Formats: sequence, structure tokens, C-alpha cells
Amino acid sequence: MSQAAVIEARNLDLTFETGDGSIQALRDVTLEIGKGEFVSFIGPSGCGKTTFLRVVAGLETPTGGEVRVNGTSPDEARRDRAYGYVFQEAGLYPWRTIAGNVRLPLEIMGYSRSEMADRVNRVLELVELSGFENKHPWQLSGGMQQRASIARALAFDADILLMDEPFGALDEIVRDHLNEQLLRLWDHTGKTIGFVTHSIPEAVYLSTRVVVMSPRPGRITDIIDNPLPRERPLDIRDTPEFLEIAQRIRKGLRAGHSYGD
Amino acid sequence: MNRILPVLAVLAAILAIWYVAVVPMNAGWTVAQAERAGQELTFPDLVADTMDQDRPRLPAPHQVAAELKKTVLDTKVTSKRSLVFHGWITLQSTLWGFALGTVVGIGMAVSIVYSRTANMSLMPWAIISQTIPIVAIAPMIIVVLATLGVEGRTVPKAIISAYLCFFPVLVSMVKGLRSPGPMQIDLMKTYSASAGQTFWKLRLPASVPYLFTSLKVGIAAALVGTIVGELPTGAIQGLGARILIGDQFGNPLMIWSALIAAACLAGALVSIVAVLQSLALQRMGYAR
Repeated sequence: MSQAAVIEARNLDLTFETGDGSIQALRDVTLEIGKGEFVSFIGPSGCGKTTFLRVVAGLETPTGGEVRVNGTSPDEARRDRAYGYVFQEAGLYPWRTIAGNVRLPLEIMGYSRSEMADRVNRVLELVELSGFENKHPWQLSGGMQQRASIARALAFDADILLMDEPFGALDEIVRDHLNEQLLRLWDHTGKTIGFVTHSIPEAVYLSTRVVVMSPRPGRITDIIDNPLPRERPLDIRDTPEFLEIAQRIRKGLRAGHSYGD
Repeated sequence: MNRILPVLAVLAAILAIWYVAVVPMNAGWTVAQAERAGQELTFPDLVADTMDQDRPRLPAPHQVAAELKKTVLDTKVTSKRSLVFHGWITLQSTLWGFALGTVVGIGMAVSIVYSRTANMSLMPWAIISQTIPIVAIAPMIIVVLATLGVEGRTVPKAIISAYLCFFPVLVSMVKGLRSPGPMQIDLMKTYSASAGQTFWKLRLPASVPYLFTSLKVGIAAALVGTIVGELPTGAIQGLGARILIGDQFGNPLMIWSALIAAACLAGALVSIVAVLQSLALQRMGYAR
């Protein structure tokens, strides 16, 4: 890889101890993500894609192997505000306005009042939510709420954006729109994005690389470079190149399953 | 109007049942009087008499209303015969008890949510405390406080009232402070938020709807606690004292008017909390 690695995972193992035995959520996961890459993680439930993202974010501690973010431990990287995390649900606080929600991390991190206002305006513009500052979350549609939560993750200018199925709960039309927007945002900001998804077209449309994972134990079965150009109109999804990559992912997913169950 | 109508319908039904019950409850006395006087008693006479006795077993609603008018409107509020005076005595202790109970309830909830030890030790005792009859505890509290040199009745009554009031607040606040899901907690973690920040910015605001719901129960419980605190303690002022004195002197009108006054007071207090609740939640953006 030509770029410097921002996220490095080496022989990562993670075993959860539960009431009825242990579950191996990750086994021997090795992966490097370079600066400015858009890497999607795809696989069936239980394949460890979310767990991997959580390990990178320092929300889970691996039981074996090593993970480095910007050359430091995930905990240190978190304290350096290296990443923003977008969850499956928007999870906006109902008692805060949209601006208030976006301001939340800034308040916690102790930004000045004027800088908070500047940043809130800027990121809300970025996700096309200007004018909704004083609305409360329930007054917005699901797609708009998720955009607000992306703005919240962007507010403190982290270089890495970790997104855990952020559009999973949205209908397809809204999803298409947000995919386009996210791609544009990535292009503008040059952030490194780790993106967990269930959807093959979404993975192919968005990413520079697709990591195919498979369950029991959670592991990487294929890593696919995406040769599509950075500029991607929505109808690129009907081109033969696009379908070819989708085909390869589908095959990878099926192969992972054949000895999974 | 749509909200008032069902309430009025229930009120009308209660009054109807009450009037019907007055006849059999008081008929004994009327019949005995008529026999002693050797009079023939027609049914309308019987009914009329049961509605208009001086010391009925069950006073009729209009008698209670007349008594209320006499003791609330026609008596100076500074007079010891005024129900407003006694209501004010009860209200003071209720509000002190409510404040104390709320503070204690919230404080205990915070420690229970944040400390495993407190969770294991405090919670069972909080539950046990509510299984002990308050009438049994009330005299002890008064004796203990008197030994400690606390004068007057306001403080002991407030403590008894807080004893009943803190529990619903505690239970709701524990639930409210724990209401943020794992995702919300993880989100705060990704910001490296301190425990204090997570409390002030997430747990506390998330618990506000729970708090107000429990305050409505709590203020009613505080009133009940105060009245019970006035019963076994020889108090001579307050709505509870009126009930006790009415009982001792065989004056059911006094008992019933004090009961109705207490019910109205409870209704007013709960309504005030409900108004505050809707204002607060609206301000916080919960309302739709």
C-alpha cells in the first residue's frame, strides 16, 4: 500500500465468555487501512464486522493480537479524538435540538462557545441540514436523523469515521440518497472511513476496498480492491464492472457460509 | 370538555352511590327514634330523616358540603375552626416532606446506579422500609425526635411524610438514570467523556420524564404521610388531627369534611406537578 496505514490490525483475536460457553467473535484478523481509504466490511450476522469496528474504536478489548490506530493504541487514539463513530441508530438525544446534539461532543471536549457555533454550522451544512438547527429529533425523518448523527461524528474533525450500518434501518430511496451524499462528503474531506454494511451494492458503490467476513469464528475471507473511479454516479451500479465486483463479493460470502453451517 | 366529561360522570356516579348508601346506613337510628316515640314511619319520611341527622353514621353529600362551606368559606382562615387553617398546617409539612423525600430519593438513586455496593445494600432496605406500616413507625419517629430536642410537630411530620414519598422517587429515578441504552453509553465513551459528563449530559436529562411521573405519586404519598403523621401523635392541628378529633367526639361531619378537603388538596398538588411536568417536558423538547 502506498499510503501510510492509519488502522493496523495484526492477528486479532476476540473471544466473548458467555453463560453457555465462549464465542469467538474474531479470529486471526489482519488488516491495514491506509489514509483516505473507504473500507467496507460485509458479511452475515455474527461475522465480527461490528466487533472489529468496536475494537478499533476501543469499545472492545481484543483477547489476542494487536491493533494500532495512528500508530497508537485505540484508547490513546480515542483520547486524541482520532475518530468519530456513527451507530446503527441515530441515537440523538430527544431533549436536545439538532444543533444541540451536534454540539454534544464539542461540549464534552471543551470547545469555546464561538468555535462550537462555527463547527455546528459547518457540519450541518455538510450533511445538508442547515435550517434545522432548532428542530428536535422527533421532528425529523429517519434519514435526516441519521444525517444529524453523522454531523455529530464529524463535528470535532476526527480523521477517521467508523460507521456501523448507519443506513441499515432506512428505506432504499433514502439510502441511495445518503450513499451519494456520504461519497461526496468523503471526497471533500479526505477522511478514512470504515463502514459496516449488510448490503452488497452499498459496499461496492461506496468503498475503495471491500472486506468480506464470515462467522463462527468471525474472520476475513476475502479482501477486494474496488477499481471503480472516485467519481461515482448512482447509475454506475448498472455497469458490468460494478456487477463483477458484486458477483465476487457474493461468491466470497457463499464460500464463507459453505463450511460455516 | 372531552376531558372534563368522564370525570364529571364518575363524580356523579359516586354521589349517586353515596346518596343511596346513606339510607341503610342511617336508617337504624331513625327507626329506633320512631319506635321510641311510637310513630308510624313512611318510607319518604325515613329517607328524609336519614339525610338530615345531626350525628349520622354516614353523612349525606349535601351535609358534608354545608359543613365544608361553614368551615372553609364562613370561618376566618386564622380561626382554629377553619379547615383552611388546618389544611395550611398539613400543606406545610407535606411540602417539606415532599422536598426532603425527593432529595433523599434522587440521592439514593444516584448512589445505587453508580455503586454496586449501594445497589446491593440500599435497595433491599428501601423496599423493606415500605413494608413497615407507617402508623407503627410514626410515634417512634416523634419520640426519637423529641428526645433529640426537636420542638414542634412540623419536622417529625415532614420526616414521616418523606418516608412515604422518597420510595416512588427512588424507584423511578433508578429506572430513569439507567434508561440510556448501551449505544448511548458507548457514544459517550467514544468522546472519552468523564463519569460526571455522562451523568449531567446523558443520565440526568434522560431521567427527567421518569422523575416527574414519580413526583406526581410522591406528592400524593407525602400528603398521606403527613395526615398519618397527624393521627397517632396527639396533634391538634392539621387535617389528620381533624379526622382524629372528629372520630373521638363522634362527629362524622368533621371527619368527612376533612377527608374531602384532603382529597381536594391532593388533587390540587398532583395537578400542579402535572402542569410543571408538561411545561418542563415541553421546554426539553419531549412534547410532540
